[in-house]
Amino acid sequence: MANAAIVAEGLGKCFGPVTALDGVDLELPAGGVLGVLGPNGAGKTTMVRILATLLRPDRGRAWVAGFDVAKNPAAVRRLIGLSGQYAAVDPFLTGRENLVMIGRLYGLTRRQARSRAGELIGKLELDSAAGRLVRTYSGGMRRRLDVAASLLAAPAVLFLDEPTTGLDPRGRLALWQVLSELAAQGTSLLLTTQYIEEAERFAGTIVIIDHGKVIVSGTPGQLKTRAGGDRLELQASPGQDLRQLAVVLAPLAAADPAVDETAGRVILPVADGAAILPEVATRLAAAGLHVAALALRRPTLEEAFLSYTGQPAAGPPAEPAQPAHAARSTR
Amino acid sequence: MTTVTTGTAAYRGRTVPAPVSIATITARNLRRLVRVPTLLVLATVQPVLFVLLFTYAFGGAIHVPGVTHYIDYLLPGIFVLAIGFGASQTGVAIAEDLATGMIDRFRSLPISATAVLAGRVAADALRNLFVVALMIGVGAAIGFRFHAGPTAALAAVALAVATGLVFSWLNLLLGLLVRDPESAGLAGLFPIIILFFTSSALVPVATMPGWLQAFAKANPITVITGALRALCLGGPTTRPVLEAAAWLLGLLAVTIPAAIVSYRHATSS
Repeated sequence: MANAAIVAEGLGKCFGPVTALDGVDLELPAGGVLGVLGPNGAGKTTMVRILATLLRPDRGRAWVAGFDVAKNPAAVRRLIGLSGQYAAVDPFLTGRENLVMIGRLYGLTRRQARSRAGELIGKLELDSAAGRLVRTYSGGMRRRLDVAASLLAAPAVLFLDEPTTGLDPRGRLALWQVLSELAAQGTSLLLTTQYIEEAERFAGTIVIIDHGKVIVSGTPGQLKTRAGGDRLELQASPGQDLRQLAVVLAPLAAADPAVDETAGRVILPVADGAAILPEVATRLAAAGLHVAALALRRPTLEEAFLSYTGQPAAGPPAEPAQPAHAARSTR
Repeated sequence: MTTVTTGTAAYRGRTVPAPVSIATITARNLRRLVRVPTLLVLATVQPVLFVLLFTYAFGGAIHVPGVTHYIDYLLPGIFVLAIGFGASQTGVAIAEDLATGMIDRFRSLPISATAVLAGRVAADALRNLFVVALMIGVGAAIGFRFHAGPTAALAAVALAVATGLVFSWLNLLLGLLVRDPESAGLAGLFPIIILFFTSSALVPVATMPGWLQAFAKANPITVITGALRALCLGGPTTRPVLEAAAWLLGLLAVTIPAAIVSYRHATSS
């Protein structure tokens, strides 16, 4: 445990009748990056709030940087940075004032706080806005400022709860650049996200949670492998009936074929792709069907996610605006 | 371009000393005070309006025995009114900070839980000092005078600011209980409106119907206004000031722990 940035054992949390976390185990080695994927309401935010000492678990224990989050939250707070799901910055302070304030509250001297604020403003490409009140910022700028605030004291363990949600591509790239640097320098990072690409890019380990439980964890490669064999992708010739194609080949598939009408594709999860190719050809010929292209590939992480959770990673749009506190307590 | 520093031990290792964290949060709230239009109006226009409106609208009709200028009788009560109204924004602010995640941010930092509340109350106290000074200035322009000397005048200002501490903690408590900014604003106005108009702040208790007199005499705003008046107008001060101090200490002894408990509750469930 001494060398682990985060250890969680059987974390459970209920909000009234809603079970937000139902026995979550986690481990993140020091210097590693853990990506937590899950649909809306899966329990990601509750987990982050417990690990960041904001919420006490009903059961289970967790250690961050070696300290018990429930018994020694003060020690944990000295070592962590948190960028929560909602950009927590003061709209009536400027970007720079926000950062200097948070720096002072991390225990930096006035001078250290100013210099760190300046450094992070540059890093997150907020230079031109740093002197403006945050109320004039776009959502993406607030988000970046919030991430900057979490980095002020150079935390050993950084929690980022959906940090790139709402960022435009440029803002996302700037943030990714910062995350890469932090990871390269040995900051332990826990990142929740709805974007598979983001998890795959940074995370050494990915945990997929749903309904408050860890469904599966492993490296991105392991998750893809465990998602079940290969994918046979058939591009139908123009005018072909995709449904018929799917029906004819369904008996060969390890799971239900996916029909992508817009792309004119049928995707077949198969246990052993190479072995069934002759059978595919035979069946297509027998049914008088033609395909324009046929490819055998490993599943994407997106498909892996789908097979584990039964729903796409980027789930339905976030719930309508409501007081953040109320929204959070349902998680 | 520098890289993002990580793991610098110099930045860590201790919980931030309370004076630093409280001063930092106080500074934040003072900045908001001059930048949020509602707060600025409540701290500047409203107190001036109270002084002028009550003096000119009521002053002609109300004759208090033994008082030559109604403004001398009125102003100590108006201190309490302006401070009480202004404090309703303290409940709004804490509810907003809860809703926007600012409180989560603060709680993830190595500062004590009460620094957030104490920083709020300290900023309010400075604001109230300004509000009282402003009202004395406006009052002086239309005839108000201290009659009991500079020490008593300073004591009156101190007592008014101390009264503000109670209102601040009370409104923190209300804001943390209702947790919705708009409801918090409304909840904060009820105590001051009810207590102010059933006190001796505007008219002597003796002019009220009998059933109300008992309540008005026990009303803390009557007691506090009485002490403020003694300090402003002259006369015996020891007993009224001690009574007022007892009320304030008693109310603080209830509101401070209650606010801290509801802060813990609001943030950990």
